[in-house]
Order: sequence, then C-alpha cells, then structure tokens
Amino acid sequence: MVEKTTNSMSESIAVKPKAEVNNLNFYYGSVQVLKNINLALASKRVTALIGPSGCGKTTLLRCFNRMHDLYPGNRYEGEIILDTDGINILSRRVDPIEVRMRISMVFQKPNPFPKSIYENVAYGLRVRNESRRNVIDEKVEKALRGAALWDEVKDRLKDQAYNLSGGQQQRLCIARSLATEPEIILFDEPTSAIDPIATMSIEELIEDLTQQVTILIVTHSMQQAARVSEFTAFMYMGEIVEFDDTKTIFTNPSKKQTEDYVKGKFG
Amino acid sequence: MNDKQLQLSKQKQITPKLIRDVRERAIEFLLFLAAFSCVATTVEILFILISESVAFFEKVSIVKFLTDTQWTPLFSDAHYGILPLASGTFVTTMVALLVAIPLGTISAIYLSEFADNRLREWIKPCLELLAGIPTVVYGYFALVFVTPLLQKFFPELSGSNMLSAGLVMGIMIIPYISSVSEDAMRAVPVQLREGSYAMGATRLETALRVVFPAAISGISAAYILGISRAVGETMVVAIAAGLQPNLTLNPMEPAATITAYIVQVSLGDLPHGSIGYQTIFAAGLTLVLITLVLNIAGHFLSKRYREIY
Repeated sequence: MVEKTTNSMSESIAVKPKAEVNNLNFYYGSVQVLKNINLALASKRVTALIGPSGCGKTTLLRCFNRMHDLYPGNRYEGEIILDTDGINILSRRVDPIEVRMRISMVFQKPNPFPKSIYENVAYGLRVRNESRRNVIDEKVEKALRGAALWDEVKDRLKDQAYNLSGGQQQRLCIARSLATEPEIILFDEPTSAIDPIATMSIEELIEDLTQQVTILIVTHSMQQAARVSEFTAFMYMGEIVEFDDTKTIFTNPSKKQTEDYVKGKFG
Repeated sequence: MNDKQLQLSKQKQITPKLIRDVRERAIEFLLFLAAFSCVATTVEILFILISESVAFFEKVSIVKFLTDTQWTPLFSDAHYGILPLASGTFVTTMVALLVAIPLGTISAIYLSEFADNRLREWIKPCLELLAGIPTVVYGYFALVFVTPLLQKFFPELSGSNMLSAGLVMGIMIIPYISSVSEDAMRAVPVQLREGSYAMGATRLETALRVVFPAAISGISAAYILGISRAVGETMVVAIAAGLQPNLTLNPMEPAATITAYIVQVSLGDLPHGSIGYQTIFAAGLTLVLITLVLNIAGHFLSKRYREIY
C-alpha cells in the first residue's frame, strides 16, 4: 500500500500506514493550493511536513480534520483514507464532526478555553456526552500524565488555564487532544509561540507520544523535524517535492530542491 | 553677521517651532476643556442633587425616608417613604430584564455564531432601529396596544400596570444588550473557536461552552448597561404604569417609579425651596446612587471575569 507514495519509501517503511492521502487537490475558491498530494502516515510514528512559508503544509494538515469546512468556498478533491476502517475522510458523506472525534489537533498558539485546567482537558469528553464523573476524572488524569503536566497541576486542577505559562498551556492543549484517545494528532507548528526550554519539553513529549498515537506535524524548524520525526515530506508551492525517511531527507535527498532547502539556501 | 549676532536675532524671531508649539498647546487646551466640560457637568449635577437633598433630609430623617411605606409628599398627611417608588422601579426593571436578557442574549449568539454575513447585515440595522424609536412612542405602544392585548388574557388587569410597561421596556433594551454582547462574542479569537471545533464540538456547543464564557465580561457589561437603562427609563413607565406610588411586587398592579414621580412633579408648579420641590432631588439622588452601584458592580464583574486570550 505504501508503494503508492514514493519508491524509496517502500523499502524504508516496515510499519503499517495509518492514513493514506491519494491524489489530493485543494482549492480556496478558484485558487488551487494543494496539487496532487500523495502521502502515507506511518502508524504510531511522527511524520513531519516541512517547506517554506506558503507552501501549503498547514493547508494539508487542516485537510486531515476537515477544518476547511468551517469556511465557505473551500473544495477538496481526492481522498484521505483512514486505514483503520477504510473511510475517506474527505468524502461529503462523512460528517466532519466524526472525523474530528477521531483526529485531534494542537494549534500554533496555545489556545486553552476560558475554563479550569480540569475542564479544558475534559472538554472533548463532555462534547462526546461523557458524564460519568469517575470516567472523566480518570481520563483527565491519564491525559495530563500523558502530556507530562500532571505533577505540575494536580493540586490546582480547578485553577483557570490562563494562569499557566505558555509552555504549560501548550502541554494542556496536548492533554486536551489526548483525552479523547484520538487515532491521529495533528500538530500545527506547536512550538512557534513558546520559549526554547518549553519547546524542548514539547519535543520530548511528541517523541513519547509515538508509543500511542500517529502524529503529523507541521514545522518551520528543520532541526525540529530532524529531532522528532521519523518521516519527512518536503513541500514546495503546494506540492510534495520529496517524501522519505527523515534521515534521508536531511543527509541524502534525491531532489536538488530538497537539498537546497535543508541546507538553508532558500526558504 | 557673525555667529553671536545670528544667535541673538534667532532668539527674538518668531520661529516656526515657536508657532507650532503655541498652536499645539492651544489645541491641547481646547481638547482639555471639551473633556473637562463633561466632568464639570457631572460634578455640578451631583452637587445640586446633594445640596438640595441635604436640605430635604434636614426636614425628613433618612430612616423615615428609607422605611416609611407611603409616599405622599404633596398630601396634607405627608409621608416621605421612597419604598413605594423603589418597588415600582424594581418591578418594572425586573419584568424588562426577564424579556431583554434572554432575547438579547439569544439574538447576540445567533448573530455572532450562526447568521451568515448577509443576514447579519440585514438584522443588525433592524435591531438597532429598535433603539432609535423615541421612548414616548414605546410608552404609547404599551398603553394602547400591549395593555389591551394583555387584558384579553388577564381581564382584571388595570389600564395602567407595570407588566405592560416592563414588557415594552424589555423590548426597548434588547438592542443594547444584543449589540454589546455580540461585539463581545465576535471579539473572541478565532483560535478558540477552532480549538473547540477541532475537539469535535458542534456550532452550538462551541457557542455555548467556549465563545459565551470567553465573552462573559463583555456580556455582563451589556447586562449592566441594560439594567441601567431600565432603571433610568422614564417615558414608558410614566405613560403605561400609572403614577400612583404603590408598594407592591405584583406587576399586574399600577405603580409609579422613581423616574415617573420626578417627571410628574417636575411638571407641576411646586414653589422653589418647598419640601415637595426637594423631594425631587432626594428621589433623583436615590436613582443616581442605584445606577452608580450598578456601574461599579459592572466594573468589578467585568474585571473579575476578564479573559486574557
């Protein structure tokens, strides 16, 4: 199944794919922003999207949870197949809310809700009509532990989330997205708005999370892609130029454009 | 000219810089005067209210004023209890809020979170038109339309009653509440909404669980504004609620509010300096204190709930 993507991929991936993007085109109105994207997300691995500003990496990321549906005039072509049950995320017949129930997202700027720490993490569970107190308690704790935040906040779960530092807020947002046990988590430049030390802890967290969940991360920082991801796709002008092992992309890319970008000649 | 002469002549000359500075100062002073005139007016009003009220309270004790259950300052058996007037204000305001807060909040949520742009461009001006109708028109609307309508359901309802005045007043303040609340909700950053949608929330869940709480400080300010409007409203209650002071909490009965009493008595020919004349100021001061307390409460509420996005 993975052979569909690129040839060099097929040998390097020994793991199962979690989701496959096939011939995806995306339009903002009449402007085509993504062109013929093919990509496979390896199950329980980190896949990174890199590329210069405006290359469409965030647009591609936001196709995975149908965020584009929130705004008028957007159009998808092609498919993203979830390998768990073979549904096409992009199909009109698939409810975007169903998709978002299974694929969660962490944003560029920490965006906790104006609620307590506890309620922030419980949000997704409440939206799913979970009302059993003990179940919520248990899942909130598990998610906060998963996001390496439990020890810092366990004594003040009722505090407002805004009282946390920027890095803690971002980990809270990660906990929020973990609480519902999603199949895939999308990270949209999760460290671009926080300080270097907090960045380090988020990166460690992302590496730990690969035990449980498939991750797709958009990043501006090539070093970050190199540190956290196992596979990397280099995008340019709405297309995937090259997709391979992260190591190959950074040390021995097959395309000249990729080489120029990772060596810092443009972008 | 050598250097020294040049410097001397420069000091005497009217340089462009000097002209500019003088002009700037003058303009600044004018602006200050304009801003200060508001403050001066407020202070002057308060001063007159308080000084006339002091004269009133020299004749009538504050305890009597606050506890007497009758307000008959112009009768031979004069009583000066503010309670009957305060109850009128309280009841009409409550009825108005029962109408305006739910309807205003719901329309704000609809306009901010559900209506598409074209529809919003239509509905907003219509709502704001409600705020542009003169209050005397609302008063007549209450008296000649709403009261007869209500009398079909409650035949014992008298021609003047607080219920119909309060209902109409509620409709009147909907635009204040909806417009300020909508602005507050629209100011909630889009990342918060997206965060909620990304968790699988629907539009309604996002509106009620995330956007509304995030905007609560602005929304409570809108409520306070609405309450202040209702407490201070005069024409509607003077026309439709009746002018007899009546200590009751039953909205079906007629009653005078503080404002209605002031307008009624101010129009008469009370001799300057008489105690009847001074009651106006005591009643006015009470009104000012109520709105002042409301505004302070609003200030603290919005501070207490202010969200840092």
